[in-house]
Amino acid sequence: MAILEFRWHARAGQGAVTAAKALADAALLEGKHVQAFPDYGPERMGAPIRAYNRIATKPIRRHGLVENPQVVIVVDPTLVFSARVIDDVDDDVVFLINTTKSPADARQALGVDQPVFTVDATQIAQEEIGLRKPNTPMLGAAAKVSGVVQLEALLSATEKSFSEKFKRKVVDGNLEAIRRAYNEVRGEAALE
Amino acid sequence: MNRETQVLKTDAVTVEAEAAEAPPQPQRQLLALTGNEAVAEAIRQIDPHVCAAYPITPTTQIMQEVAQFIADGRMRAELVPCESEHSAMSACVGAGAAGARVMTATSANGLALMWEVLYIASGMRLPIVMAVGNRALSGPLNIHCDHSDSMGARDSGWIQFYAESVQEAYDNILQAVRIGEHPDVLLPVMCCMDGFLTTHTSENAEILDDAEVRDFLGKYRARYSLLDVDNPVTFGATDLPNAYTEHKYQQVEAMKKADAVIRAVCVEFGAKFGREHGMLEAYCMEDADTAIVVLSSTAGSVADMVDTLRAEGRKVGLLRPRVFRPFPAADVRAALQDLTAVTVLDRSHSFGADGGPLFTEVRTALFDAPHRPRVLGRVYGLGGRAITGGEIRALYDEMETDTAPTFRFVGVRE
Repeated sequence: MAILEFRWHARAGQGAVTAAKALADAALLEGKHVQAFPDYGPERMGAPIRAYNRIATKPIRRHGLVENPQVVIVVDPTLVFSARVIDDVDDDVVFLINTTKSPADARQALGVDQPVFTVDATQIAQEEIGLRKPNTPMLGAAAKVSGVVQLEALLSATEKSFSEKFKRKVVDGNLEAIRRAYNEVRGEAALE
Repeated sequence: MNRETQVLKTDAVTVEAEAAEAPPQPQRQLLALTGNEAVAEAIRQIDPHVCAAYPITPTTQIMQEVAQFIADGRMRAELVPCESEHSAMSACVGAGAAGARVMTATSANGLALMWEVLYIASGMRLPIVMAVGNRALSGPLNIHCDHSDSMGARDSGWIQFYAESVQEAYDNILQAVRIGEHPDVLLPVMCCMDGFLTTHTSENAEILDDAEVRDFLGKYRARYSLLDVDNPVTFGATDLPNAYTEHKYQQVEAMKKADAVIRAVCVEFGAKFGREHGMLEAYCMEDADTAIVVLSSTAGSVADMVDTLRAEGRKVGLLRPRVFRPFPAADVRAALQDLTAVTVLDRSHSFGADGGPLFTEVRTALFDAPHRPRVLGRVYGLGGRAITGGEIRALYDEMETDTAPTFRFVGVRE
């Protein structure tokens, strides 16, 4: 695939824009060409927002408008029914949902035929970071599902950017959350 | 802010290393940066004497970061927070007349509020460098990308660059300082990038070593300065009919000379740093029958469609002027005159005109060509509306018909 395109669905304040940037930083560390950008609109806490990634091995020329993402990531489980997360996708898409549901149940809830992966990122965040902020665990799951970046690069990039802003304990909690989600994300078929 | 990442060892670095004995190795950084972050880095490296600004979406972050750099002791510039953009540009003019190297940033209504002073900056021949994040003008209020702000300022006597990517936005700012300050030019420079699409998109960008930037720019010594009391000069005096025309004529001549200076600076920048952008980019134009002409980030989406259509065996191309003032008319003519049809995409309109500003410019450039293609004008993307791959494909398709109207909007609901 020439350019892998990601679409993140979250609520403003859940850190999806930060997560998209972290995914880009990690892929950059691996020598890839990257983009990370959000949709901008009226900004208020809790409103549905979208963010995007493009990742490729060659330079990326297009900007804006992701027409048919290959990976759709739903950070907030309540958006499954409200934010049109299944719009504008092709058959080659995979969904990654933050939910307690099994992949089969989540797929049924979405009403789609394409592969669906699930991870209980909110619970992981609660246990590892002490906050119900699922963005960093979703990052780990996204890396696993898409295969676009190695876990080590993701941990390394996250450590760098988080160390500028947070105390060591918070950084370690986030790193462990990424690791756990990477290992705990499930699909209907086994992931390698 | 601490953005530590890998260091690139490019060919240019190797050449320099061989030329001098034990030189300090330039520390270039490859980072994922937004356009605003990259431009702020460029301003930090340039470290002008004065930045005067009034922040506005989507370029607020530029001066916010500059303020942080100054607070952290990483820049020495004097930051003048103003009460409006009119005041910000006025402060830039005052500082420039005093002999300072001056930079600022704005967008949309902020640029509009500077209008009066834009002409004063160019008329006083002050090489102010301004980053513009292109954004639609009110009303209705809209914060998203189009080119109505800077296209309205195209006659203000400023040199205008339009960047496709974050990398180019960064490179343009560095080159703009050299170009504007050149003794043959002495004109202000506007470095435009698409609001949000470039200002807020993180993507790969190589940041040069601070020392490389310093060497490339050199020290600024204003030719005329209000503070040079040994050589007193008058700035901003009344200019009556017996001299005003000559001053405007000199601005025209300076803009003509800017063309050669821009080319020379591009070549030098390319030789030193490995990226040569030129006046315009011709993509797949050698044997093209039809082409789209477009500015800024949309060129990337068009280039991707060119790749798709070329794979289908169609002879299509893309022409992206990087410089709009001075307009590289001869290059545009040479690139397009042998085609059968050309579609010019404008991200702004001149209400009541025969087409958008880029369209009229391109069509005028082609008028004196011995053969000229059919030239179609299309206005797209106003207020941030995205243009889809399907719409771009349709633009190429309609150039192969005889029925395409000379002018229309892309994707408008009538």
